[in-house]
Amino acid sequence: MLRLPKFEVKNPATVEEAVAMMMEIHGEARFLAGGTDLNPNMKHGLFTPERIVALGGIEEMFGVGFDESGNARIGAMVTLAQVEQHPDLRRAFPALCQAAKLVSSPQLRNMGTLGGNVMLDTRCQWYNQTYFWRNALGYCLKKDGSKCHVIEGGSKCVAAASNDTAPALMTLNAELEFATTSGRVRMPLADLWQADGIWNKKIPHTDLLVALHVPKPAAGSRGAYGKLRDRGSIDFPLFGIAVRLDFAADGSISDAALCAVALQARPWPLKKAAELLIGTHPGQASFNDAVEKVAMLAAKQCRPMPNIPGDHEYRHLMVPVYTRRTLHAAAAGEGPVHHI
Amino acid sequence: MAARDQHGSEAPWDQGFRVIGKENRKVDGMAKATGEAIYTDDIQLPGMLHAKMLRSPHAHARILSIDTSKAEALPGVIGVLVGAELPVRYGVIPWTPDETALAVDKVRFIGDEVAAVAALDEDTANAAIRLIEVEYEILESILDAEKALITPEPPIHEDRKRRDNISKHVELEFGDVEAQVSSADIVVEEDYSFHSTTHAAMEPHCAVAVANSDGRLTLWSSTQITHYVHRALARVLQLDPARIRVIQPCLGGGFGGKSDPFSLEFVVAQLAIKTGRPVKMLWTREEVFYAHRGRHPMKMHYRTTAKADGTITGVDAKLLIDGGAYSSFGLVTTYYSGQLLTGPYDFPNYRFDSTRVFTNRPPNGPKRGHGSVQPRFAFEVQLDEIAQRLNIDPIEIRRRNFLGAHTETVNGQRITSNGFLECLQEVEAASDWKARHGKLPHGRGIGVAGSMYISGTNYPVYPNKMPQAGVQLKIDRSGLVTVFTGGNDIGQGSNSMVAYLVAEELGIQPSHIKVIAADTDLCPVDLGAYSSRVTFMVGNAAIDAARKLRHKLVEAVAVAWDVAQKDVRFMDGTVVDLSAAARSMTHVEAFHLAEEMFDTLGSTGAYNTPTLGGDYRGGTIGSAPAYSFTAHVAEVEVDTETGRITVHKVWAAHDCGRALNPMIVRGQIEGSTYMGAAEVVLESHDLNRFGLHAGPSLLDYRIPTAVDTPELAARIIESIDPEGPFGAKEAGEGPLHSTIPAIANAVFDAVGIRLRHLPFTPAKVLAALRAKEEQA
Ligand SMILES: Cc1cc2nc3c(=O)[nH]c(=O)nc-3n(C[C@H](O)[C@H](O)[C@H](O)COP(=O)(O)OP(=O)(O)OC[C@H]3O[C@@H](n4cnc5c(N)ncnc54)[C@H](O)[C@@H]3O)c2cc1C
Ligand code: SF4
Repeated sequence: MLRLPKFEVKNPATVEEAVAMMMEIHGEARFLAGGTDLNPNMKHGLFTPERIVALGGIEEMFGVGFDESGNARIGAMVTLAQVEQHPDLRRAFPALCQAAKLVSSPQLRNMGTLGGNVMLDTRCQWYNQTYFWRNALGYCLKKDGSKCHVIEGGSKCVAAASNDTAPALMTLNAELEFATTSGRVRMPLADLWQADGIWNKKIPHTDLLVALHVPKPAAGSRGAYGKLRDRGSIDFPLFGIAVRLDFAADGSISDAALCAVALQARPWPLKKAAELLIGTHPGQASFNDAVEKVAMLAAKQCRPMPNIPGDHEYRHLMVPVYTRRTLHAAAAGEGPVHHI
Repeated sequence: MAARDQHGSEAPWDQGFRVIGKENRKVDGMAKATGEAIYTDDIQLPGMLHAKMLRSPHAHARILSIDTSKAEALPGVIGVLVGAELPVRYGVIPWTPDETALAVDKVRFIGDEVAAVAALDEDTANAAIRLIEVEYEILESILDAEKALITPEPPIHEDRKRRDNISKHVELEFGDVEAQVSSADIVVEEDYSFHSTTHAAMEPHCAVAVANSDGRLTLWSSTQITHYVHRALARVLQLDPARIRVIQPCLGGGFGGKSDPFSLEFVVAQLAIKTGRPVKMLWTREEVFYAHRGRHPMKMHYRTTAKADGTITGVDAKLLIDGGAYSSFGLVTTYYSGQLLTGPYDFPNYRFDSTRVFTNRPPNGPKRGHGSVQPRFAFEVQLDEIAQRLNIDPIEIRRRNFLGAHTETVNGQRITSNGFLECLQEVEAASDWKARHGKLPHGRGIGVAGSMYISGTNYPVYPNKMPQAGVQLKIDRSGLVTVFTGGNDIGQGSNSMVAYLVAEELGIQPSHIKVIAADTDLCPVDLGAYSSRVTFMVGNAAIDAARKLRHKLVEAVAVAWDVAQKDVRFMDGTVVDLSAAARSMTHVEAFHLAEEMFDTLGSTGAYNTPTLGGDYRGGTIGSAPAYSFTAHVAEVEVDTETGRITVHKVWAAHDCGRALNPMIVRGQIEGSTYMGAAEVVLESHDLNRFGLHAGPSLLDYRIPTAVDTPELAARIIESIDPEGPFGAKEAGEGPLHSTIPAIANAVFDAVGIRLRHLPFTPAKVLAALRAKEEQA
């Protein structure tokens, strides 16, 4: 078995304590939620924190609630299994629950949290490997080395955002509530990302994600998530696409959002493509034509790279297929789009 | 010797079978289900050290120097070992000893073992191996088999007689294949390839050693062949084998991946001697991927000639086998790649030309269906193509070419029982073949394939005339019978099989049998769990031993009752007098009577194969005392937009002789079929452009999960072999073979593309579909 490095573990009871514990030591400290990403990464020597701040004792970070207007607050420590099975969330945010359901395996969804999924490290076949393996390779830019093996000669890491729920939350205009040393900060999820695979977030890793706020969906809003992967379980996405469709009273699409993942460092919103859908009627030619156009445009805008395992040219061929299928599923109130 | 005795395939008492053929529990089922079972890694000994391996980061390099001083100086490090301390070469095949416990002068693939450290705990050992400084001279590496075939430079193994990178070449011809070409009604000639896959057994390799002050060494190891490990240890450590004890604890799966002697076994043994303390080494999953010994990638060219009615007239094969860095079982693999194809169909003329080369890749070896799964794939796809071109039903063409029972193959293999036609009939009926083949909607299809496999081999890896399997029985006054067998139960249930056979033969209940297995101090030699030999050979040895004992038991009771021996019957632990219905005793009382009469009771039994095989060099390799036969029908769906193949259902009918325990046989058929399906659509043991394993983890090596597994319908065909134990043959490897071509042929039925190069990734399917559209 691979061994974990040595570290101390702190168990704060409040958000403020947690943030303070992160800041009070010189060396690196890391938050631990479900540990399903952090533990393997530590075993691979990708992180060697001196301190782990375990979040399991902070009550504020648990639970799902809705305010009077119907906006949801999901604690960052809510597990993916809870998200997937929550009846109100399923009704309001189908794409999110479908995405949560397709993360890894039942066991990992029982441990893995929504907050951990949003904060997931980016992934790359040259990076998510053991110390021995990376040493034999000569390391890479993201960790311990100076070269990128995806873009040879490249100076920027393009490791892939691989969190399934992120694109779904993006289409839902979710906002994040962070606790920082200077107090609480709320920011749209769309503003979190930066195009750097080494650290793809604009906030430091010492900021604590406390909860996610997802605004009440428009009446009759629908959504779906499509995920390409090799197996019917466990595997990270080789391509993922989330869709939200809002409808006017006449049944035409009044607003739409699309966001893809597993391409490069950040989730990839497809705004122009989504606009093509507005005004079209599912069930009518206008919608079908628009879907074809959206699929073509998605194929242009989404360029999978050989960062994660698998044949990236094949992944590219699947962009329009999964985009089209997921749009049809969303329109029909179905989904997820997945081969099993 | 009992070797060539025939025990008969019928029930030993004329009351039918009482144990055999019933769905009895495995003897270790409860222990495994509850977690009581002791695996090698469960062994904890006082003062035990933990060892770790330093591995090569280079695919091919010369070792110029190794400096272990920093590692030795690390507090907590107790022992360090380098290759120069164990320079004796070994290899599971004694003719090709090209491995050393740790690299002596060269490393030959990324992951090759270089040095080892034993420390108080794993973290210290891990820290210490990073402190070992190795100076390498990097050599050009050869990652491609085609290149290895033509480039002698650089030689991956120097100081061999051959100055090239060819590990083994075999060319054999039976009849005249060339002469068939001009007279054939149809000639189909194509290239095929099989990729690299690995075993992915649940338990990673682990070994624990203790060296006692009296010079005795004990090794517990997760091996499938205790006897060969025993021999290899004696050779490499240069110890008297009488002072070495090798024990195989409960094993978490092997599938061929634990058949070679492995580096860690020598290393823990030598470190235990060096430090005077017990030493354990448990490999990580990543290390298991490097140790590999998995399915050999093969590039195969087949040309089959046939008459218009589908009768095969000749088969000509040329195979290039990627051996990876070491010989392992490669000599056998090279023969098997040709020798095992000559059934279940009659080949009047056959030729194969197989070459195994060395490359700087993790060494290949035996994986379930050793050496013959790859050719079987190619040939069965080719046969399907012949059927299609001649407009003959694919099942019908297989029937027409049936080899028959009690016959001989073109290469001189003796065939005894053969239930292949029944297998075909079973899958034909179960899949509703006639109504569905060629008639399902576009995108959905069914395909068939057949195969044959050895039930043991009469080729012991080192030449000797001693029995290939031995069993010893000991009787206790409590009524317990202890069976000692060198056979390795690797999860396939061989200990249970032995218990059932002895219970049946003695007329007692399996709960009164205890099996002690795979301990070289206690158990008679068996050659181990490979080549699907254990049921056939150990089973026959067990019956042999039990029958001798039974004669004594019956005699003692007959004398006590003063009746004829034929009137004494043992039945489920009760002894009854057939001449006087009211009289009976327990088997325990019978044991006492027999002990009074014969003194301490025990017996031994053995098995050796009859003389088999063709009279030519290599003629015995691949000749088995019996062969199993299989037919598969697979049903697939092809998504023509994504290229993904979904295997919905596989019907597998397997002729295992008599099913000693149908539940275990079905488990083997299902497990084999699952594994075969996985090799078609998911698994790939790949290297990247640097020669590094592309993903040595169970996340990146995609074994199917429960939801990826097709529905499996296992059907047992019982041909009852005249020489098998109560008529049994094998079930562990045969049922893998035809899964793969059946899926390939189903894809053709579904969408009309012939896929000849494994694995069938969605991208390949899409490319083939596109090529077909362009042709049309
Ligand atoms: C075999 C396997 C398969 C997987 N497959 C998938 C998949 O298909 N799709 C997918 O999306 N993921 C997958 N994962 C990754 C992981 O299981 C999920 O992303 C999960 O949601 C992570 O949540 P966690 O609570 O376990 O995170 P952790 O491992 O605890 O944390 C992940 C990271 O986020 C940080 N973090 C956690 N919580 C917070 C917080 N509240 N505030 C700030 N930082 C925080 C941690 O410090 C760490 O860096 C897989 C993992 C494994 C091991
Ligand atoms: S993209 Fe991959 S190889 Fe390149 S720097 Fe990032 S992690 Fe390393």
